Amino acid sequence: MLSLPPVQKLLRQLPAGSAGQPKPPVGGDTAEEVTSPVLATEARQPACYSALRADELRPLAGPEPVVATSTGPLSRHDDLKEMLDSNKDSLKLEAMKRIVAMIARGKNASDLFPAVVKNVACKNIEVKKLVYVYLVRYAEEQQDLALLSISTFQRGLKDPNQLIRASALRVLSSIRVPIIVPIMMLAIKEAASDMSPYVRKTAAHAIPKLYSLDSDQKDQLIEVIEKLLADKTTLVAGSVVMAFEEVCPERIDLIHKNYRKLCNLLIDVEEWGQVVIINMLTRYARTQFLSPNQNQESLLEESTEKAFYGSEEEDAKDAKAEAASLAKRKPYVMDPDHRLLLRNTKPLLQSRNAAVVMAVAQLYFHLAPKAEVGVIAKALVRLLRSHSEVQYVVLQNVATMSIKRRGMFEPYLKSFYIRSTDPTQIKILKLEVLTNLANETNISTILREFQTYIRSMDKDFVAATIQAIGRCATNIGKVRDTCLNGLVQLLSNRDELVVAESVVVIKKLLQMQPAQHSEIIKHMAKLTDNIQVPMARASILWLIGEYCEHVPKIAPDVLRKMAKSFTNEEDIVKLQVINLAAKLYLTNSKQSKLLTQYVLNLAKYDQNYDIRDRARFIRQLIVPTEKSGALNKYAKKLFLAQKPAPILESSFKDRDHFQLGSLSHLLNAKAVGYQELPDWPDEAPDPSVRNVEVPEWTKCTSREKRKEKVEKPFYSDSEGESGPTESADSEPESVSEESGSSSSSSSSSSGSEEEEEEEEEEEGSGEQSEDKEEEEKRPKRKEKEGSRKAAPGSPPEPGSPCSPSEEEEEEEEGVKKAKKKAAQQGRKGHAETSSEEASASESSSSGSDSGSEAEAKRKKAPPSSRAGPKEISLLDLDDFTPPPPQPIPSSSIVSTSLVTDLEGLTLTDTSLAPAMLSPAFSTVRTYELLHRMAGEGLSVEYCFSRRPFPGDPHMVAVQIQISNNTDAEVKSLRVSEPKPLSGMRIQEFPEIECLAPGDTASVVMGIDFCDSTQAANFQLCTHTRHFYVSIQPPVGELMAPVFMSENEFKKEQGKLTGMSEITEKLTLPEKCRSDHAIVQQVTLAANVGRVPCGADNEYRFAAKTVTSGSLVLITLERREGAAAQLTVNSEKMVIGTMLVKDIVQSLAQ
Amino acid sequence: MIHSLFLINCSGDIFLEKHWKSVVSQSVCDYFFEAQEKAIDVENVPPVISTPHHYLISIYRDKIFFVSVIQTEVPPLFVIEFLHRVADTFQDYFGECSETAIKDNVVIVYELLEEMLDNGFPLATESNILKELIKPPTILRSVVNSITGSSNVGDTLPTGQLSNIPWRRAGVKYTNNEAYFDVIEEIDAIIDKSDTKIFNLIFNSVEESDNFCVSVASVKKFHLPLCCYLQNPRLLDDVSFHPCIRFKRWESERVLSFIPPDGNFRLISYRVSSQNLVAIPVYVKHMISFKENSSSGRFDVTIGPKQNMGKTVEGVVMTVHMPKAVLNMNLTATQGSYTFDPVTKVLTWDVGKITPQKLPNLKGIVNLQSGAPKPEENPSLNIQFKIQQLAISGLKVNRLDMYGEKYKPFKGVKYITKAGKFQVRT
Repeated sequence: MLSLPPVQKLLRQLPAGSAGQPKPPVGGDTAEEVTSPVLATEARQPACYSALRADELRPLAGPEPVVATSTGPLSRHDDLKEMLDSNKDSLKLEAMKRIVAMIARGKNASDLFPAVVKNVACKNIEVKKLVYVYLVRYAEEQQDLALLSISTFQRGLKDPNQLIRASALRVLSSIRVPIIVPIMMLAIKEAASDMSPYVRKTAAHAIPKLYSLDSDQKDQLIEVIEKLLADKTTLVAGSVVMAFEEVCPERIDLIHKNYRKLCNLLIDVEEWGQVVIINMLTRYARTQFLSPNQNQESLLEESTEKAFYGSEEEDAKDAKAEAASLAKRKPYVMDPDHRLLLRNTKPLLQSRNAAVVMAVAQLYFHLAPKAEVGVIAKALVRLLRSHSEVQYVVLQNVATMSIKRRGMFEPYLKSFYIRSTDPTQIKILKLEVLTNLANETNISTILREFQTYIRSMDKDFVAATIQAIGRCATNIGKVRDTCLNGLVQLLSNRDELVVAESVVVIKKLLQMQPAQHSEIIKHMAKLTDNIQVPMARASILWLIGEYCEHVPKIAPDVLRKMAKSFTNEEDIVKLQVINLAAKLYLTNSKQSKLLTQYVLNLAKYDQNYDIRDRARFIRQLIVPTEKSGALNKYAKKLFLAQKPAPILESSFKDRDHFQLGSLSHLLNAKAVGYQELPDWPDEAPDPSVRNVEVPEWTKCTSREKRKEKVEKPFYSDSEGESGPTESADSEPESVSEESGSSSSSSSSSSGSEEEEEEEEEEEGSGEQSEDKEEEEKRPKRKEKEGSRKAAPGSPPEPGSPCSPSEEEEEEEEGVKKAKKKAAQQGRKGHAETSSEEASASESSSSGSDSGSEAEAKRKKAPPSSRAGPKEISLLDLDDFTPPPPQPIPSSSIVSTSLVTDLEGLTLTDTSLAPAMLSPAFSTVRTYELLHRMAGEGLSVEYCFSRRPFPGDPHMVAVQIQISNNTDAEVKSLRVSEPKPLSGMRIQEFPEIECLAPGDTASVVMGIDFCDSTQAANFQLCTHTRHFYVSIQPPVGELMAPVFMSENEFKKEQGKLTGMSEITEKLTLPEKCRSDHAIVQQVTLAANVGRVPCGADNEYRFAAKTVTSGSLVLITLERREGAAAQLTVNSEKMVIGTMLVKDIVQSLAQ
Repeated sequence: MIHSLFLINCSGDIFLEKHWKSVVSQSVCDYFFEAQEKAIDVENVPPVISTPHHYLISIYRDKIFFVSVIQTEVPPLFVIEFLHRVADTFQDYFGECSETAIKDNVVIVYELLEEMLDNGFPLATESNILKELIKPPTILRSVVNSITGSSNVGDTLPTGQLSNIPWRRAGVKYTNNEAYFDVIEEIDAIIDKSDTKIFNLIFNSVEESDNFCVSVASVKKFHLPLCCYLQNPRLLDDVSFHPCIRFKRWESERVLSFIPPDGNFRLISYRVSSQNLVAIPVYVKHMISFKENSSSGRFDVTIGPKQNMGKTVEGVVMTVHMPKAVLNMNLTATQGSYTFDPVTKVLTWDVGKITPQKLPNLKGIVNLQSGAPKPEENPSLNIQFKIQQLAISGLKVNRLDMYGEKYKPFKGVKYITKAGKFQVRT
């Protein structure tokens, strides 16, 4: 293959017909020109194909006429250029297809660069894509021209469509032109804070590309990686870890803060990302946790091993290890984070992707306590049924594992039995595993199985089997004799290879106990006549020489025969003949003196210098002359010293110092870029580095996490459970967060006037819009003034767990640090009030909730943790805390209002209400959109007015209140650059031309959230500044009430059973047992309408989601005492699950 | 990670190359050819080859070598698994993964590869997403395209990639919902000379093909979860799942609950261990012997059904790799037909259906090379068979619930038991 001259190679690639007659190049060209345009219109595939063939002919014809090459490149692709220049997309496309086909065949198409690059801005998406393909392939060669295309991508980076932004970044970063490094850097930085996770993912992909182009950018890139590592979406996680591994695998410290998050996200990450993350976490865990086996290993594992590989070295190691373990035999407690990793990776053993299974297996092998490693065996055995390449890799790893942990695979012994149809390389690996698994109990079955293999037709495999038998014999003393006898029988085998291999193995075995086996040696001596395989002959000669004392009669005779054939022997045999002669000379000089001299003389004139040297050396050493000195005396000792028996051991021994599953492990050599698997540390590093330190922050993340989980119930486990389903470590957080919100809301429900006033002063804004609202609602709720006021007042305490991460990010970016600090200092005041509230609420709620102990406890705990440390730590923390998190969908934070009670009542009594009950409730919770410090005096709040948005029924109306607290006018206030996620739409409010100092304006904007609780992000612009803001709707606001009769309700409910039904048991607190209270709390949590119901103890509500109009049915059934059952039926399971949580929370107060 | 990919056919032509990072010269494949030559048999080409500057990781599928070039450490299985995914995708798109199919669709292949990897790291490997990005070629479409000049590239940008359920397309609509389950069980066994079964496992997979959709027009449905109840799930010893299955639900209730992808896919694969085993449905009586010092041997094989629960064993095919010394075979079959290829020494006997009344038998004389020593080993018999409407492990799909629809979905379950790697040693 290799030796084929190029022409011949080309000839073989040619289509059969044309191979014979080399066409003149002109013919090829004309043919192409004539045929292709015709074909192009008729059938495309053949056209592109025939073009290709004609094209191929050229290199063949090339070397002959010089004319062809000189005019060739110019005229060569003229037709293609013409097509590319045409106005028709179809022609362009055709040309691009032919060019891509050329690239695919490895043909050079670089001279078309200018013509192609022009089309980079082409409208046709397929042409565009193919141009990208071309560009990425050739840009490196034509850097100057490639620069022409850059501006297109830069434009693409600003596109409102996330997919276009992503693809622009992808191509831009794939163009390997060093000049654009700064542009790439900027683009990556920008994309890393993009709103779309998909774009951020692309940014992560671009990082290693830039790094390979210019490694000087490392520091900046690490910053980006750090930022992306903090990302909470599964989409990004895999890619950024990949980038981390390529750019800065040594910066393990970047992982600390993200460790738990990565563990928790792992199951939802796409499969390729999982592999990378698991491998990285294995390394991380090795540096951060203590060995889980430090105590038992030396006792159990190594002592069994000693029996088999009993060498002195091993013993010494054992002793040392034992001593070490004795020294610190203190009880080992596994770090909870270590446990978290093991627990979260285990389900992935069930993955359909072999690489994921292998990654988990190696993680368990390297990290798990010995007792738990066993779980991986089953999964690995399953992989053995996959493609043979997969088998090959898995078996290599199993072989390594089975040496360390034999017990693990023993139950699956039979899975490693060999079929005659397996490829040889697989057979040999299986044999390796079988040998590793052999022990005294199963050796008889294994040997019986080996017997079958020995008769196989595959001789390489037979040879390997014989070696395997030899290994079993050395390792298991019990069967040594049986094996030896079996091997001796093989000596009479007809196949020479088998015999030779047996001889070699027998030699090794005999060395262990030579005395008893002179018979075998004799038998082997006879074989020298027949066996031709040099290695086997050499082995026999060595054996006879070594044990010539046991066979004194035969040995000289063998030497005689060998001396005769000496000149025809192979080199290794000759060396052994010399050896034999020397040994015989020393032990039995009388009989062999002449023979020895004869052999040495022959060797003296041998062609091989090695043999000549050896002969000279030995002659000096053994034949006494006057010159030879002291050495002569020791000749016997030198030659006939006791030689230790060889240890037959697996080639896979000690391979486990490479991380299993890695390329390096497979090759048993360090591959480029391999990261060593560190040893366990002796002392565990500080585990607190993984704590995500700021309470507010954790709250936010846990909230976020939960939200994520809820959104994709398919991957994760949150399905059907209302409580936090996160793993142990996050539980306390979510509890505290829950109670945090519950306490603040209960504070508002307790409705103390003082607080309210305080708030009112603080806020100082809400008034105007309130008034408007009031006017509308007045008839309904005159009597309830007081409590109503409480409602808008309470919510936006910035200390509460609100403010989406997006805002933080943007703030980090946009707003300068100083300002941020100022803002936070401003907030300190708030935080204090909020903590006051918290404590106030604590007293009130614990008073009322004495019913359930657990609940009381839950409520009691957090305020102390919140109120206490917060006041002290606030100052220090604020410096590095991102601004407090922001509103969450939880409509649990609600205020009481009797209006709603009444509303509920009227609904129950008069079952006739309008079909769409629009602005049902006046009690609205306000959320902060822009704090006045962050907004430089401009403060913006929003609330969900629960009115249909005029103009578009699919939009949720959001009322926005803007107050100007500066002392200058704010002009042209407007929304700009909404960057909605896919499908989301924003209807902006009309521009506010001018807002005088101290003034407040109220506007309504509509947002179609697409029935998701994703935040809507946009910019709020004034004439001077831009603020990035986002509105995140509570799930209860994504629906509008709908009226239906009891029968209708039942009918609809019947359709929405099974997985669309979410049921949750709860205990109603005392004050929430009245009809009023229940109806009121439910309607506060969500914008739903009451459905009449015959039974007293049942409450029904119905709503439709705003965007898709899916029904959401809520049933609350009161049981004995305080027990109740809440059922939500909705085909939008995500919404259902979240709604259940929110309602339960609301009712719990 | 993956630097470049070369597709090489059996005769050693590189017929496609694709580079994701800088271009690697074709000459790197020479190392591969060297290894290929050394291995003699295509199956024995080592999947991982180390060269001075690169590592080559290759797979062999359908007479094509997929050789990828790697420069730095990467888990080999990661690459192998990905390459198989590429081959699966070609299969999915072109109906076959052959050299001609790839050459005919070279542009689509290129576009696919472009989408599947970014900088050597897998990007979109889910068939549903890919199909949204690049439409698979059909005869009709290629005709239409050539007339109108439109393209195979989807004009809408896929949203699936962004969703949490990447395996399902958005807004799939059918007029009716149908779900078909194929429970295909394969028996792996080695039956020893003395007719003691050495081991036998059942491997299988439940594959599902379904049509999903929505009849209420205005509602765009995304979640249409399915729940599949198995009769005796505890049988399963080891399971692997399609990512759409909710693991928690399986753990706690042993129920398969999932949102299915659109189209055919493998839902779960499971293994039933040899402990709670079920009998093997066929037995083989064999008498193969070669006489010492004579150039002939005897061959006599009978296949019979064993405890097949009233189902017929059909599609029985026996293949035997005869020893090299065998020149020819003179056999008579009571049923079906046999062929012997004197070059590869493979005997194939296509039996068909087994009727218990008259057992199929193949018997006759084996001609050996004269003078050659008698073969030591009797060849192993590889048997294939199929039993319709029977899942030998006893697994059953009990119930299928669909949510989000008012009517009962049509559900079809098909059971097949097949021979996997079923070998009889003689």
